[in-house]
Amino acid sequence: MSENIKLMQGNEAIAEGAMIAGCDFFAGYPITPSSEVSEILSAKLTKKGHIVIQMEDEIAALGAVLGAALGGAKALTATSGPGMSLKSEHIGYASMCEIPCVIVNVMRGGPSTGNPTLPSQADIMQAKWGTHGDHAIIAITPSSVNESFYETIRALNLAVKYRTPVLILTDEIIGHMREKVIIPEKDTLEIIDVKLPDVPPSEYKPYNYKSGKVTPLAPMGEGYRYHVTGLSHGETGFPTAKMEVLQDMQNWLIDKIYKNIKDIEKYEETMTEDADILIVAYGSVSRSAKAALSMARAGGIKAGLFRPITIWPFPEERIKELSKKIKKILVPEMNMGQIILEVQRAACNNIVKGLNIVSGEPITPDKIYLKIKEMM
Amino acid sequence: MPKTTIKFDYDKYLRKDTLPHIWCPGCGDGIILKSLLRAIDKLQYKKDDVVITSGIGCASRLPGYVDFNTIHTTHGRALTFAIGIKMYKPRLKVITVSGDGDALAIGGNHFIHAARRNIDMTLIVFNNYTYGMTGGQSSPTQPYGSLATTTPYGSVEPPFDTCELAKAAGATWVARSTSYHAVQLEKLIADALTHKGFSVLEVITNCHISYGRRNKMKSPVEMIKYQKEKAVPNRSAGNMTPEELTGRFKTGLIYEKKDSLEFVEETYKQLELIKQ
Amino acid sequence: MDNITEIRFAGSGGQGLILVGIILAEAAAIYENKNAVQTQNYGPEARGGSSKSEVVISNEPIAYPKATSLDYMVALTQESFSKYACDLKDTGTIITDKELVTDFSAAKGKLYIIDMVKSAREELGKLLGLNVIALGVLVEISGVVSKDSIEKALMKRVPKGFEDYNKKALEIGFRLGREAKKN
Repeated sequence: MSENIKLMQGNEAIAEGAMIAGCDFFAGYPITPSSEVSEILSAKLTKKGHIVIQMEDEIAALGAVLGAALGGAKALTATSGPGMSLKSEHIGYASMCEIPCVIVNVMRGGPSTGNPTLPSQADIMQAKWGTHGDHAIIAITPSSVNESFYETIRALNLAVKYRTPVLILTDEIIGHMREKVIIPEKDTLEIIDVKLPDVPPSEYKPYNYKSGKVTPLAPMGEGYRYHVTGLSHGETGFPTAKMEVLQDMQNWLIDKIYKNIKDIEKYEETMTEDADILIVAYGSVSRSAKAALSMARAGGIKAGLFRPITIWPFPEERIKELSKKIKKILVPEMNMGQIILEVQRAACNNIVKGLNIVSGEPITPDKIYLKIKEMM
Repeated sequence: MPKTTIKFDYDKYLRKDTLPHIWCPGCGDGIILKSLLRAIDKLQYKKDDVVITSGIGCASRLPGYVDFNTIHTTHGRALTFAIGIKMYKPRLKVITVSGDGDALAIGGNHFIHAARRNIDMTLIVFNNYTYGMTGGQSSPTQPYGSLATTTPYGSVEPPFDTCELAKAAGATWVARSTSYHAVQLEKLIADALTHKGFSVLEVITNCHISYGRRNKMKSPVEMIKYQKEKAVPNRSAGNMTPEELTGRFKTGLIYEKKDSLEFVEETYKQLELIKQ
Repeated sequence: MDNITEIRFAGSGGQGLILVGIILAEAAAIYENKNAVQTQNYGPEARGGSSKSEVVISNEPIAYPKATSLDYMVALTQESFSKYACDLKDTGTIITDKELVTDFSAAKGKLYIIDMVKSAREELGKLLGLNVIALGVLVEISGVVSKDSIEKALMKRVPKGFEDYNKKALEIGFRLGREAKKN
């Protein structure tokens, strides 16, 4: 037996992943089914000498995270549906001001208070469109406890690298199930840390819309005095209403993510080479889909699985490619049909059907298998 | 030749390329800005060590004009960013500037919780009794009976007393001044900044455009006169009857509690104790 | 999917069933290097209400994390027995208690009715540890993990000062399991 193997909950894996990735600030607000993240960090991140604070609401929690991040923190917050709605305001601010942060959403049913203890995948579109205005977002949907651990590390890295909020969209099943995680040695991991800009303060501009490179965010209090505002701003950070700057700024907020999609996107394919039907599934549902895949293959149906790990930006190029040879696509989701819209867009000449179960019960493999048979 | 006075070099702290400011001619906010700069200068704070956060509204535009680490945040939430950066880097001097609507309506929850925590920061509330930037709507400090675009027949709501609220919620230093009392204001800001714990300074300022115009004080002069005449130094207020105090406000230091538990210090003390 | 074993502990909140589910999963995942997934269902109540803890154990990676057709079920309330017995495979096994469950009309597969509460009362002096007794019975009857692994996993989880008490409870479970197998 190895000391490095641990059985842990998905939420615990997020907390452990955050710590090993160098997260040094957490602010949260209690909400089921995400509270374990803040409870574990309250007990353990503090022992490393870092701040964990329970704020007065979800808005304040992300506000504190962004304040700390402007001071140079690698900061995280965790929540679920209703809390995510509140955080939307500051997700917009973080996008606009390009402040790195990671927001964990352990999805539960909705709308409104919904089903606090039951799983759901109903916040996929909210993740992309929840805040007002145009922006791009990175969102990750882990499908196991082990992946929750490693994807949290990647989320913190991506946040710093692209100066953007990164969302981890897990669900009640992944968040609360216990599974094996092999904890790596820290020095075997790629960790992207916050660093000072490589120019002196007199030459520093906090934003850069044209060069295609992401300007590092200078931690405040280190000699780089600059202004941060949620108003549309130029490269100096000060508000502007100059039309060409507004266009450049908006282009940049989208381009910095989409032009780097090869670096950001991540997906897994299972038996897609010879498939006649493709299942597109993510998060806990992808596990049911994998089991259904075995059932289908055993039943003589050539099914394949495409599992987005990065759900936003959506890996539409790959879906487009696959759709050229696989004509039927099934998208099972624990919502009324969200990511299927992206799949339909990418595979517009194909038969794309959804399997949508929102009763709070996980989608079982046999239900997916039944739908596969129905489509063949 | 006029007698030479000591001239304060505001340019040292202003981001001149962001000027002119957006405030209306005669607005009191500029007086508060200058008092703030003189207070910071008096305390010899390094510009790199000062963080100013603000929310949304006229007052909240202040950080953009001054050469510190400045964060113009979302409406009402400036204190949450302030708490984040203060907790992460306690060596920084963190100041939040906010209007009455920003601090007490949309940001009311953050206001009372920052006070409850008694975190070592300073909040300056620019109280002009109205939402000036959006054109003069009703505010939580708007006097009973006064007019606003959204209370065209007079406000029927009792207003908040910013200082009483701050004190009740746990702030350990509370004062009030006005944009008329510039000398007192500078001193109170300096005192607020040096107080250990959460300090709240309410500054009655004039919005003659959006508030005064609707309430029989359409010029800055009338509003400044109002500030001068209605102010009652706190030390003399004790000798006045409630009737005499009606329609007036206390100025100067209202409340101070020294040696209270302070959030940053308590937190870091505990972190030291549990550190592995 | 033959090498998958699906186990459910069902009863009421506060019986410690989630914990024994975790211990069983740890025994398999950490001490026997198998794959194991533990899941649970719970309501908004902090105490009381029904409680369900499931463990899926396999040598292969586990896709669907929840139990679909149970190999083993430990039921410690009448409600859970009657409600969940139908989830059992035809070849499955139910382990239940002689005092806690009296109506066995829902029974399916192989049924063990064991004096766990009585033994806890007589040998431990209290009902605290009933969950560990049940765990011992399950391990003895199923052999899903070794006795050595379950003991190690249990010892890692019990609070200091309660090691002997829990070891005793586990031994009682092993013994009751052995006796039941003989009958």
